[in-house]
Amino acid sequence: MRNNNTVTLVAILLLFVASLYIALPIDHPLWLEEALAPGENTQRDIRNLTLGLDLKGGTQVLLEADLPEGQAIDADAMSTAKVIVEQRVNGLGVSEPNVQLQGENRIIVELPGVSNPDQAINTIRSTGQLEFIEPAGERLTGGNIINTTNRPDAVKRAVATDPAAVAAAPFPDRTFETVMTGDILQNAVASQDEYNQWQIQFSLTGDGSSQFFEYTRNHIGQPLVIVLDGRVLSAPVINAAINDNGVITGQFSSEEADGLAIQMRYGALPVPLKVVDVRTIGASLGQDSVDASLTAGIIGMAMVLLFMLVLYRLPGLLADVALSAYVAFNIAIYKLLPVTLTLPGIAGFLLSIGMAVDANILIFERMKEELRAGRSVRLAVETGFSRAWPAIRDGNLSTLISCAVLYWFGNNFGASIVKGFAITLAVGVLLSMFTAVFATRTFMRAFLSTQGQRLLDNRGLIGY
Amino acid sequence: MNLVERRKLWFSISVIAILPGILFMIWHMATVGTPLPLAIDYTGGTQWEMRFEQPVAPTDVRQIFVEAGFPDTSAFLVNEDGRTVQLKLKSIDPDQKDTIGAAVIARFGNFDERSYRSIGPTIGSEVSRAALLAVIAASVLILIYIAFAFREVPHPFRFGTAAILALVHDVFVTISFVSIMNLVAGWEIDALFLTAVLTVIGFSVNDTIVIFDRMRENLHRHRGEAFATVTNRSLLETMQRSISTQVTAMLILVALIIFGGATLRIFMSTLLVGLISGTYSSIFNAAPVVVAWEERKLFGTVVPETQASSVAVRA
Repeated sequence: MRNNNTVTLVAILLLFVASLYIALPIDHPLWLEEALAPGENTQRDIRNLTLGLDLKGGTQVLLEADLPEGQAIDADAMSTAKVIVEQRVNGLGVSEPNVQLQGENRIIVELPGVSNPDQAINTIRSTGQLEFIEPAGERLTGGNIINTTNRPDAVKRAVATDPAAVAAAPFPDRTFETVMTGDILQNAVASQDEYNQWQIQFSLTGDGSSQFFEYTRNHIGQPLVIVLDGRVLSAPVINAAINDNGVITGQFSSEEADGLAIQMRYGALPVPLKVVDVRTIGASLGQDSVDASLTAGIIGMAMVLLFMLVLYRLPGLLADVALSAYVAFNIAIYKLLPVTLTLPGIAGFLLSIGMAVDANILIFERMKEELRAGRSVRLAVETGFSRAWPAIRDGNLSTLISCAVLYWFGNNFGASIVKGFAITLAVGVLLSMFTAVFATRTFMRAFLSTQGQRLLDNRGLIGY
Repeated sequence: MNLVERRKLWFSISVIAILPGILFMIWHMATVGTPLPLAIDYTGGTQWEMRFEQPVAPTDVRQIFVEAGFPDTSAFLVNEDGRTVQLKLKSIDPDQKDTIGAAVIARFGNFDERSYRSIGPTIGSEVSRAALLAVIAASVLILIYIAFAFREVPHPFRFGTAAILALVHDVFVTISFVSIMNLVAGWEIDALFLTAVLTVIGFSVNDTIVIFDRMRENLHRHRGEAFATVTNRSLLETMQRSISTQVTAMLILVALIIFGGATLRIFMSTLLVGLISGTYSSIFNAAPVVVAWEERKLFGTVVPETQASSVAVRA
């Protein structure tokens, strides 16, 4: 048994050192970072922990399919919508965004570091249906709301949400014919012209260019009406036949041009989306929370270490070493999985430290009882661990049940803060079953086999 | 010391602790319509925190919202510096937010948006239902697990039920605490409160299981003894551990409450009260309930010390 224990001891200490290495905020070797990243030729930076929105600052938006009552939701349509939303979010240049499907009809979007989300949200959730329509001799200008073949009730819908829109709809009862849609676009980019006015440059696909060429060739001198989601973007007059790229001008600000270009680039959403939940946390609030948690955590941890030392003396010291290993393991797991750390997540972690200590307390109290009953030190140690195990196992399992329920709740309602707490607590409980029992026992056995005599002679070292 | 025989005292203390919560819930239901003061996570709505460069009067800011068509807006200051205003109204969509935001800037100048949340009403009620479901599901799962884990002990379901009763007690004590704090400091029940409740449930059951585990062992070891005696012995044997664990958890929580920043303070305080209640309920509610069930007597009979000497426990 002695040799087995030595092997285990060495293994645990190696794991401890490895975890410390991963946990520290230093640069890690490239091969490790590449191994952790999902795709080819990418790497994941594990210098720092992944922080949630409430610590970093940012916005979380919950989008829901905006369909009439009772209309069934097509799962494929939702997946496509999710992909398009994701592309748009990436197009906005948000770093480390997160887009997930939630349930059957919702998409949750996380935009870290975006503190003025209104324009971003607008870009993301607009349907983005681009159409070129036949004006049929009517005069249409930018800002008009019109009905088209693909959106026959655009005017009605616009007026329903904002009655003032009726002023922008000169032909509320006409439906204009859609001659081409956004499918013909290859790419769209926002840029500035020689007068520093923002415009959108677009290029066409192979099929698209022949379609476009045909149309423009046959309508020279007439306006080309470009409509997005039922609203006229601009209606320039066609001067010559166009077959590969063109420009859309209008009174655009840089964000508007960028947003429109993004919508055109990735295509229309197959399902209209509406915003049902928005949360924004400013970065200043986030930073304050991080600083405070760090201070509190260090102080709390120090007090616990001291407490164990005073109450259980030598075994307490060994438990403190196991506890430090525990903290290192946790942080290493957060970096490796990765686990996104939120404020309640930090709370869950600190609480799990309390539970890890509880396991040790159970073991040591049992050891003391056995010693008082007159058993030998070695037997008392072994009995302490084995007899305390059922209580530790059952207690921890019930905490894990709570975590599972919390996780399900957080997952289904975009409450990632609740989810974060459940994950860190669960990781902590699982790891604590390992360190509190396995690691501490290994340390105790190793200590006994080398210094057992001293322990026998000095009861004060155990504290009973 | 005979704990289980004094259970009349312990049960009375528990009732006193729960009573404020129950009374509050009845009163709140009658006056406001919901049993508890709910935050927008459950009711839906908008919560907008703006920090201006100059001190502003909340009523002035509120006026802009009223003019935009939201007379049910409430506004109040959140910091002592007089520049940070928090507004609550029903949920609005991004276009309405843009319009109102522009109007506020026009009247008061730029503001730093500290936080903004707008939750649609359907989401709010979904979350409430799910929260309730979560608490019930967790309790049922735990009941089943305990009954399974204690299957070798006679009447395992009694242990499970006693644990659930202790757990329900803890939830109500926590609610009592938040109710009092609502009257004193305007605390509300938000998603984090649910997190606190589920954590308290987990820890309370943890404590209860430790005691029941000892009872399981002692019942096996001391077969001849009366049930109450065995229970008492188990309680006293585990007392040291219960206190140590409670102190450890409290050390961490108190550190977090003092140094951990305002955002988590409510959450941590709720957890602290819940955890203390959890330890109390495991020792003074769960175990005595099992004894009461076994003896078919709700309250114990306190026997004078001389006769009780036979239940002295090894020191």
